Amino acid sequence: MATTTLPSPPQKVNRIGLEVVAYKGNKTTLCAGCGHNAITERIIEAFYEMGVEPYRVAKLSGIGCSSKSPAYFLRSAHGFNAVHGRMPSVATGALLANRNLLPIGVSGDGDTASIGIGQFVHLMRRNLPIIYIIEDNGCYGLTKGQFSATADLGSVLKTGVVNDLPPIDTCALAIELGATYVARSFSGDKRQLLALIEGAIAHNGTAMLDVISPCVTFNDHEGSTKSYSYVRDHDEPLEEVSFVPFFEDISIEYDPGTTKDITLHDGSHLLLKKLDSGYDPTNKGEALRALTESHDKGEVVTGLFYVDTGRQNFIELLNLVDEPLATLPESRVRPPKSALDEVMAGLQ
Amino acid sequence: MATTHVAVSEIEAAQGQQRIVNDLSIQVATVNGSGSQSSNLVLLRAIFQMGIPVSGKNLFPSNIAGLPTWFTIRASKHGYIARRKENDFLVAMNPETAEEDVRTLEPGAAVVYDERLNLNQIRHDLTFYPVPFDKIVTPVCPDAKLRKLVRNMIYVGVLARLLGVDMAEVEKALRKQFKKKVKAADLNFKAVLAGYDYAEKNLEKADRYWLEPMDLTAGKILIDGNSAAALGCMFAGVTVVTWYPITPSSSLCETLIAYMKRYRIDPETKKATFAIVQAEDELAAIGMVIGAGWAGARAMTSTAGPGISLMSEFVGLGYYAEVPGVIFDIQRVGPSTGLPTRTAQGDILSTALLSHGDTKHILLFPSSVEECYTLAIEAFDLAEEFQTPVFVMSDLDLGMNTWMSNAFPYPDKPIVRGKVLTSEDLDRLGGFQRYRDVDGDGVPYRTLPGTKHPAAGYLARGSGHDERAIYSERPEVYVNNMDRLRRKFETARNRVPRPVIERDDGSDVGIIAYGTSHWAIVETLDQLKREHGLEAGYCRIRGYPFNDQVADFIRRHQRVYVVEQNRDAQLAGLLRLDLSDDLVKKLRSVLHYDGLPIDARSVTDSILAQEAER
Repeated sequence: MATTTLPSPPQKVNRIGLEVVAYKGNKTTLCAGCGHNAITERIIEAFYEMGVEPYRVAKLSGIGCSSKSPAYFLRSAHGFNAVHGRMPSVATGALLANRNLLPIGVSGDGDTASIGIGQFVHLMRRNLPIIYIIEDNGCYGLTKGQFSATADLGSVLKTGVVNDLPPIDTCALAIELGATYVARSFSGDKRQLLALIEGAIAHNGTAMLDVISPCVTFNDHEGSTKSYSYVRDHDEPLEEVSFVPFFEDISIEYDPGTTKDITLHDGSHLLLKKLDSGYDPTNKGEALRALTESHDKGEVVTGLFYVDTGRQNFIELLNLVDEPLATLPESRVRPPKSALDEVMAGLQ
Repeated sequence: MATTHVAVSEIEAAQGQQRIVNDLSIQVATVNGSGSQSSNLVLLRAIFQMGIPVSGKNLFPSNIAGLPTWFTIRASKHGYIARRKENDFLVAMNPETAEEDVRTLEPGAAVVYDERLNLNQIRHDLTFYPVPFDKIVTPVCPDAKLRKLVRNMIYVGVLARLLGVDMAEVEKALRKQFKKKVKAADLNFKAVLAGYDYAEKNLEKADRYWLEPMDLTAGKILIDGNSAAALGCMFAGVTVVTWYPITPSSSLCETLIAYMKRYRIDPETKKATFAIVQAEDELAAIGMVIGAGWAGARAMTSTAGPGISLMSEFVGLGYYAEVPGVIFDIQRVGPSTGLPTRTAQGDILSTALLSHGDTKHILLFPSSVEECYTLAIEAFDLAEEFQTPVFVMSDLDLGMNTWMSNAFPYPDKPIVRGKVLTSEDLDRLGGFQRYRDVDGDGVPYRTLPGTKHPAAGYLARGSGHDERAIYSERPEVYVNNMDRLRRKFETARNRVPRPVIERDDGSDVGIIAYGTSHWAIVETLDQLKREHGLEAGYCRIRGYPFNDQVADFIRRHQRVYVVEQNRDAQLAGLLRLDLSDDLVKKLRSVLHYDGLPIDARSVTDSILAQEAER
């Protein structure tokens, strides 16, 4: 699959013996400097470091700049670039068909918070086991920069148009509705974003990441609240996030008084070092309060807002057989003739 | 049985009229929510058990309780089960509609009515049977709260006495209806007996209608089309069902849930071999079908016209990204909310071409409950064979009404999963191109997500793509793909269920019909022959794209009447797109679109009028 022709030094491989190139995709067609490309790089890195088999992954997206990005990572995995705002239902169907898939959905703020808000809220409510990333730039890039529903009150378009409606906070919605791993990050914060994506891979349930990802072409100017400079200046991390995968020992020393250790579904750990006094990401009410306060202060609070490692996911609730439904043999999906005879006798 | 027959012969002697046996329509007019459905089904089943061909049609309002509702039961020794326009026996229980119901009866008809309504003053050419329902029900049902429901059982007993229905059959039917609710069955049967007793003592038989045992229903079943389709889905091996409630389709998935819980739980693990999800709307329901179909499930949804409209965008994606899925459209009257509890065949044209751009879809047209079952199975095979959404175009009349049928056959061929490559196949082939026409039939090969092979993955998309599924806007790549999709559709032309040439005796006149119109045509053919010596040919279409046999049938006739239950001659429109000009000229239309199931007399009259104009 690799096209390199020059002799290269021995490549580093991950725990399943794959080189990082196995996690890459086609060359991006997005603008140079687009925040989405940085997120793509973190996705590649996270799946590589976790040693996920690419064939297990299903990449899903809707429509928009963000939704093009599944073509740019995990080339050998299956993907489905569906219709605008309706990736959640396609992802749900795919998981119903094959519960062993590891789905990652990539959406944008228009795709999620405007046209797709209906399917988004129901996905969160179901706690479908999926990584759901919103590449959030507050505008519609592919149709040349109109405001989306996550644009902040008072944010200004290049054309001078001022947004006079409050934003939809997708994190607050996700927490309220039942998602079990909810975070906000910034495409420019490599370390935090990587740890949060790795945590999402390890989590069992809906992992919703709203990643502020500036649009260099239409929304990176003075007056925009989704520009690189605005987010850098107003980024207020809740905690310092470190991720320790299940196949590694926790080698760093940490003070249990200031660092919270969250054990995820697959045995991995998220270490959250508190930066202010006592934020508890397992407390829903506290998470919602932190979000409300950040809006009031005009801050971009980032980090893991909420995590619940105990709730059953949607697939578990359905009591499905362990094997994928998609490939069950005829003997298990077509009842015998005696069943039909019994039904017919009852109708005579 | 014996008691009834002694009684009948006594009454018979007392009247001199010519008897009409096993050929009548009973209409029961009640108020929605008054429990009349149970009474009507008991009566229907009792007649069925007597061996008399019977059908029941419920004309109900879009309402839970309070509005008028009518149920018609047609018993026909000829086996006719279409709706008949005329009713011979009216049970008038609804004060609101009683007067109009009586006025529309043909002379000679009979009326069983609530005594308080004083209907016998309205006309003098009918037979009236007043019944004091309130007086009869009080001693039968001391619990005043239940009286409203039990009251309607009384007319079952009255009709049993007046028409000669065997009380043993009534009791058997009633116990079947109430299943394990023995106390309710006992109470209701008391009401039936009280009605019978009242009629025996107080009513003198003065009409001509009688029911007598026959042997035409042995081995037959009674079922509604939605339940039949649900059975088809289960035996087709459906694994993912996603749906959103809408009349008249909801009962399909609800019945399916019940069947699946009974027959599709893994005996060892007690886990489900299926997933059923009530989605948040039809957009999500079809999205889940597309996602599940892409990932390899046999996936389906069921809806009605408004849902089909909402699904339009996703169905285009399914067509273009080539994803299997089965969609049941239990058609009702539109446009918009329309008449949501009335029947139509009004979604044919819009569904055949559903979505934007050049799209065409496979449609199946079941005419009977048996075909709801067999074509449901066929639909899943076709969807996977052709990797495309397939629609089963049922309607409210078929889906929600009770029909007599032969018992359904067990599938005689294995499930068809289509061109799916496994990791072993990929090892052998070295790789694959998702949208390449390897076999020349327009149908490409696919892999399923989760296939453990580095060459298995591809990105499905609704945007332009080449044979390797890579994004492309190149003109020749687009044309190549669209032409292949057309080739695939042409392959389907002679793979969808063939039309049934029900009759073709060299007549100048041919009839084309589909779906529930069939049952009116069966009767129309006899009417045309008996009353006018016209022996028309009849071709019943079962699938779109149209099999070549349809054009052949039209070629063999001079004038072909396309009968359908919509205003705009929708199937004829699809035929016009397909046929050569000389064949198009032969087409005429017979259209019925008042929300009631089509009846033979309307079709016969229309054909004769058009023949006379010629």
